[in-house]
Amino acid sequence: MDAAAKKQLEIKAIEVRKGIIEGTFNAKSGHPGGSLSVADIMTYLYFSHLNVDPANPKWEGRDRFVLSKGHTAPALYAALALRGFFSFDEIKLLRKPNAMLQGHPSMKSTPGVDMSTGSLGQGISTAVGMALGAKLSGDDFRVFTVLGDGEIQEGQVWEAAMYASAKGLDNLVAVVDNNNLQIDGTVEEVNSPYPIPEKFAAFGWNVIEICGNDFDEIDAAFTAAKEFKGKPTVIVAKTVKGKGVSFMENNCDWHGTAPNQEQYDKAMAELDAAMAALN
Amino acid sequence: MVKTMADVIKTATRDAYGKALVELGGKNEKVIVLDADLAKATKTIAFKKEFPERFFDTGIAECNMIGVAAGLATTGYTVFASSFAMFAAGRAFEQIRNSVGYPHLNVKIGATHAGISVGEDGASHQCCEDIALMRTIPGMTIINPADDVEARLAVLAAAETDGPVYLRFGRLATPRLFDENYKFEIGKGVELKEGKDVTIIATGLMVNEALIAAESLKADGIDARVINMATIKPIDKDIVIKAAKETGVIVTAEEHSVIGGLGSAIADVVCENYPVPVLKVGVEDKFGASGPAVEMLKIYGLTAENIAEKAKAAVALKK
Repeated sequence: MDAAAKKQLEIKAIEVRKGIIEGTFNAKSGHPGGSLSVADIMTYLYFSHLNVDPANPKWEGRDRFVLSKGHTAPALYAALALRGFFSFDEIKLLRKPNAMLQGHPSMKSTPGVDMSTGSLGQGISTAVGMALGAKLSGDDFRVFTVLGDGEIQEGQVWEAAMYASAKGLDNLVAVVDNNNLQIDGTVEEVNSPYPIPEKFAAFGWNVIEICGNDFDEIDAAFTAAKEFKGKPTVIVAKTVKGKGVSFMENNCDWHGTAPNQEQYDKAMAELDAAMAALN
Repeated sequence: MVKTMADVIKTATRDAYGKALVELGGKNEKVIVLDADLAKATKTIAFKKEFPERFFDTGIAECNMIGVAAGLATTGYTVFASSFAMFAAGRAFEQIRNSVGYPHLNVKIGATHAGISVGEDGASHQCCEDIALMRTIPGMTIINPADDVEARLAVLAAAETDGPVYLRFGRLATPRLFDENYKFEIGKGVELKEGKDVTIIATGLMVNEALIAAESLKADGIDARVINMATIKPIDKDIVIKAAKETGVIVTAEEHSVIGGLGSAIADVVCENYPVPVLKVGVEDKFGASGPAVEMLKIYGLTAENIAEKAKAAVALKK
């Protein structure tokens, strides 16, 4: 990726992060921590990788995206809005009655959402089904899903992982957003899923390890995944929970807490400063 | 239309499920069948033999199977996902609720081995809670056919219906009740016998027992109406309200817990529209147990005799 393209993604990622803060602040609830950790990956997918058409969100040939860690919907919504699937004004209505943007992704209410998720562990199975459907139909669209590192404590994730490799679904890419934190503490304190790469490798997956907040590494990983044949690919992405807002970084208290007015102002000021530094 | 002799052709509804899938697969190339290592028992193996490229065995992982079914459905397929009722409605309840029901996807759950008539395998496999679980999911259609003829028609109708359908089949071979003229429509109960003193509303293998009970009640001077309620959701309110008005008492009969199943669905309709006594025949808040299916049905009171007793008790309430 050239420097100009990378800079464009970095700018867009800040806009996504501002959308996350805007949405959770207005909703007075939601999950900013994990949304911020995965913001760079969401930005990359929607602005550099996924073959989608905002004017025709149900286009049958589109790449599919399933946010298995559905609680980080604010990151998905911000990316979708910025990509043109719906007005950015919707972000301010997140989680409110009659809003298009539900607390967790709903494919029936939001353009661009390919699967309703939120109950952890289920999204990856649906992504496997989509990838299987593409293979069966001879379609060349690809399927992407993002999981949390706490989420992979769910047994269903491993049922799905086993089946995806058994079926050789090389049109499927899973990302594990490895920010190391879940609600009750670090993933190690709660119930260690480590070593993650070795587990997926043992389940028959092609494994790529990256820093998930670095666009060069993200780009290299997704490019390599596209080339890889015969197995599904998992990108184990080391990330920082709360990334981009200093007081939210690496603090599990920001898993499911919305910023108040003072915190909102501070977070927005930081993101604006980061934007100014880029320009 | 209706044969009441119990010694006619006997077929398990699960067999009809397998055959109907083959019929459907030949007509519609968008039909896919999934199973979780029970294809020989659920009878989906018949589809596997005919259409191996459209059959997927996800292994012993029902939760993942339901998710895979949901994902496949989003790519334009009509997916039949099969397992025993215990592991489909039971184990994978939340996957059905969140990955299939909430997005209202075109997934049909073919649940076999429902109820006490599983027999020797015992309580761990005798699912008497599935109707109750599935009823609570918004937009879910639930069909519990009474014989192989109705089972076939239910499978074909399910494929034509948009959204999730729970199809409930049995392991035990039971008498064929209907002939080629039988009309099945999702959401419609069928009056199999006229009657004015009491209405017996039955589903699944209890429909045959209800017909036998109605015959025996003649000797007691009781003219019992019999309704086959294959579709438990959406329930046919009209036929229930009409029965409440015209016969004054209702007896329900199902191979399922008396909590949350057909009896509860009927009671809901009756209470809200035309309150009359509703007496339930079903599994009385107990787990199942091992034993030959027919004997176990007797032990759990899932018999024509018990229906007749309840019908007499119901009629007595009118005096």
